[in-house]
Amino acid sequence: MSSLLRIATAGSVDDGKSTLIGRLLHDTKSIFEDQMASIERTSEKRGDEQTDLALLTDGLRAEREQGITIDVAHRYFATPKRKFVIADTPGHIQYTRNMVTGASTANLALLLVDARKGVLEQTRRHALLSSLLRVPHLVLCVNKMDLVDYEEAIYDEIREDFTAFAAKLEITDLGFVPISALAGDNVVERSLNMPWFEGQPLLGQLEEVHIASDRNLLDNRFPVQTVIRPQSAEHRDYRGFAGSIVGGIFKQGDEVMVMPSRRTSTISRIDTPNGPVAQAFPPMAVTMLLDDELDISRGDMICRPTNQPNANRRFEAMVCWFDETSTLRTGAPYQLKHTTRWVAAEVEELRYRLDVDTLHRDLDAETLDVNDIGRIAIHTTSPLFFDEYRLNRTTGSFILVDPATDLTVAAGMIIGSGGEPGTGTHSIVAEDITFHPSKLARAERWGALDTAGATIWMTGLSGSGKSTIATAVEHSLVSSGQSAFMLDGDNLRHGLNADLGFSEEDRAENVRRVGEVARILAEAGTIAIASLVSPYKAERDKVRAAHEEAGIPFYEVHVDTSLAECERRDPKGLYAKARAGEITNLTGVGAPYEAPSEPELRTDAEVEDAVRQILALLG
Amino acid sequence: MEEVTKVRPAAVELSDLDTLEAESIHIIREVVAEFEHPVMLFSGGKDSVLMLHLARKAFAPAPVPFPIMHVDTGHNFPEVIEFRDRTVAELGLRIEVASVQELIDAGQIKVAHELESRNRHQTVALLEGIQNGGFDAVFGGGRRDEDKARAKERVLSFRDKFGQWDPKNQRPELWRLYNGRHRKGEHIRVFPISDWTELDVWRYLAREQVDLPQIYFAHEREVVEVEGLLMAVNEFFPLPEGSDSERRMVRYRTVGDATATGAVASEASDYEDVIAETAISRITERGATRGDDRFSEAAMEDRKKEGYF
Repeated sequence: MSSLLRIATAGSVDDGKSTLIGRLLHDTKSIFEDQMASIERTSEKRGDEQTDLALLTDGLRAEREQGITIDVAHRYFATPKRKFVIADTPGHIQYTRNMVTGASTANLALLLVDARKGVLEQTRRHALLSSLLRVPHLVLCVNKMDLVDYEEAIYDEIREDFTAFAAKLEITDLGFVPISALAGDNVVERSLNMPWFEGQPLLGQLEEVHIASDRNLLDNRFPVQTVIRPQSAEHRDYRGFAGSIVGGIFKQGDEVMVMPSRRTSTISRIDTPNGPVAQAFPPMAVTMLLDDELDISRGDMICRPTNQPNANRRFEAMVCWFDETSTLRTGAPYQLKHTTRWVAAEVEELRYRLDVDTLHRDLDAETLDVNDIGRIAIHTTSPLFFDEYRLNRTTGSFILVDPATDLTVAAGMIIGSGGEPGTGTHSIVAEDITFHPSKLARAERWGALDTAGATIWMTGLSGSGKSTIATAVEHSLVSSGQSAFMLDGDNLRHGLNADLGFSEEDRAENVRRVGEVARILAEAGTIAIASLVSPYKAERDKVRAAHEEAGIPFYEVHVDTSLAECERRDPKGLYAKARAGEITNLTGVGAPYEAPSEPELRTDAEVEDAVRQILALLG
Repeated sequence: MEEVTKVRPAAVELSDLDTLEAESIHIIREVVAEFEHPVMLFSGGKDSVLMLHLARKAFAPAPVPFPIMHVDTGHNFPEVIEFRDRTVAELGLRIEVASVQELIDAGQIKVAHELESRNRHQTVALLEGIQNGGFDAVFGGGRRDEDKARAKERVLSFRDKFGQWDPKNQRPELWRLYNGRHRKGEHIRVFPISDWTELDVWRYLAREQVDLPQIYFAHEREVVEVEGLLMAVNEFFPLPEGSDSERRMVRYRTVGDATATGAVASEASDYEDVIAETAISRITERGATRGDDRFSEAAMEDRKKEGYF
């Protein structure tokens, strides 16, 4: 079945974006002879060396004169596998709003970089906007490879550079392709000039990207557009609620709830343009009929009683300001459109303005100007029925209209419900743009909580006193007001690691899991105290490396009690059993223990002294 | 509970045509819900036939809840007028006719000669029709693949009280949140089939077995070749002196002013043939058939700014 893919393109002014689109249209035979003849004439008049395919997409006269693209233009082409709609948006700085517009409905963002210039500020800006608008797929085209002799190393460097940046953004699917739009390398046909590239040409990637799962098919949402009552003799009792499914799968016979009345009923019938169906899903336009006569009108939302959207007058959102003639005014009246509702709204507070180049949050910003992005607290005169934008791009988005001019002044993406008035603070919640943990975010978190996380890794033979010391350290830290948590190897084997035995592989996995949990706890600001035999040096070193990579302090403590002393203590009777042959693989008896060569601390002291030594490590 | 007669495949995915259909219906419903006096332009051309078909589906089993308007140049193909009248009667529609001829007769439009193309004059009749009818939303069958200026058109496109379009000052259009707010005297043009291509239109009309004026399919007609266009010889287009006409199998790809709309040589007598022909066509439909769009690269942009559909 042929499907439809919406693409938003972006790139800096000279990245060759229009040429790439021209090339896609040309090589998929979507350009007609008269269009080609027309641009050939224009190219000739301008004195271009070869026909400028960019002319195909530079639509308006002003653009032809200035040689730049100034607004969103739509282009169409199709292959036997897919129909493609390209929203071609300009890359230069003053037109962020156009990129946001194009990205709002896109399944995939196509970013271009010039192979000679690499990843620029604008590339990062476009990636950020794609991430902010939650475009599910992103493909980076490294263009003009012909001008760098098709060199693999240059492509690799750009790819690595961009991957490192993209890791900070929420981009779920990232693809790369080295191309020359001008020469046609790797656009439609595989390039013979870049045999080292093992991936698919761009068109192949566009044809095959999987988009069906990008929809939210779990949370049933149906905003009512209009009520259909034929009032004819034939359809006297027909009363259908028309609208488009924007989330979940509605089935005939489902119990549904209507917002805001919260009345419930059952779906008796779902009509579509092509007859009744048993189930309906996004983006179908349907007419829903219910068993009971409920009072339902435009702006209501049909959902499931067990799965309702937020219903709130107050929420937090990221907004992009679009209006050139006005700036964001807190306290001023705006009209807000969300799904099929218009409500009056007032921006309570600008939390911060986001610098899209540095990702810096300017907490002192007082307003948003055209092309600015920021986080706001907003309230409306009546409740909206919404989901977070990251969960549903339709029920999580809105526009603001200035009632004085009727212009659309801003686009908003809902982060979540706001608190009660007066509780709004400048606290930073990492929900707006979900970055992977970065040093900045951690510093903010630890700073706000006045804490610092770390992992203390206690290794040693069974019976060496690890757990006794660990318990004492935990107690000491917590009573001094520091969050600390002990991860006891034996206890974790009852839950997290209940599926693991004592083979070499299982011991390795045991260590890996406890290491991960410790790292996460430490990231959250807690001092994790892991106490487990962890006999293999290689496995402990992996845990150490993971901490070092994440930049979290890691203290390896070897509780170096002699085997003879451990065996004398034998608190769990394990050594006795091992000597009797009842258990095998006991570390120190039937299995090796590899002592750390350079632990932060090696101790055989009594408990109290050992605790002091460890606390001294933490400083 | 009623028996479900038709069940879609288990996979919860829509085809490209079903997606386009759903999106167009969403737009039409949205406008009807938010505007007081919508009207749909209807020329009998395939795009307006498609649009009307979608409007019927959007409100079924209720009737189409708005009138249609025909901007009548007076230079019509009789088959198209016959089709228009039949459609209106069958669907019980209310029709407004905005007549270019009446405005010429009243002296509001000056023509150099009787048989010049009236495509451009349609703008005056259209704006007059919109004003007289008090319409605040006007559905048009424009598609973005038709022309470079149309490629930048919004789905809901604001027109000032002079009916003019300002391409540099268009409202941003995000997600499916359309902003149709306007003042008295201003109106909004609505293009529900913006994202359809010519081939999409044909594939869909064929799938739905929608009735079209016969001139869209191959028929024998007396034509003369003028500047690469095959012009039908009739009362609106007399045989130019020194030319010879011939009877050929032709069909039309667009329906417009009969003095300026050319036919293409074709043997395609049904939907299947037309789709096959459209799929391999190497000339745009406007380039192949419209004399008036070929004069300059910006012809459409200029006309749109003035208020053309």
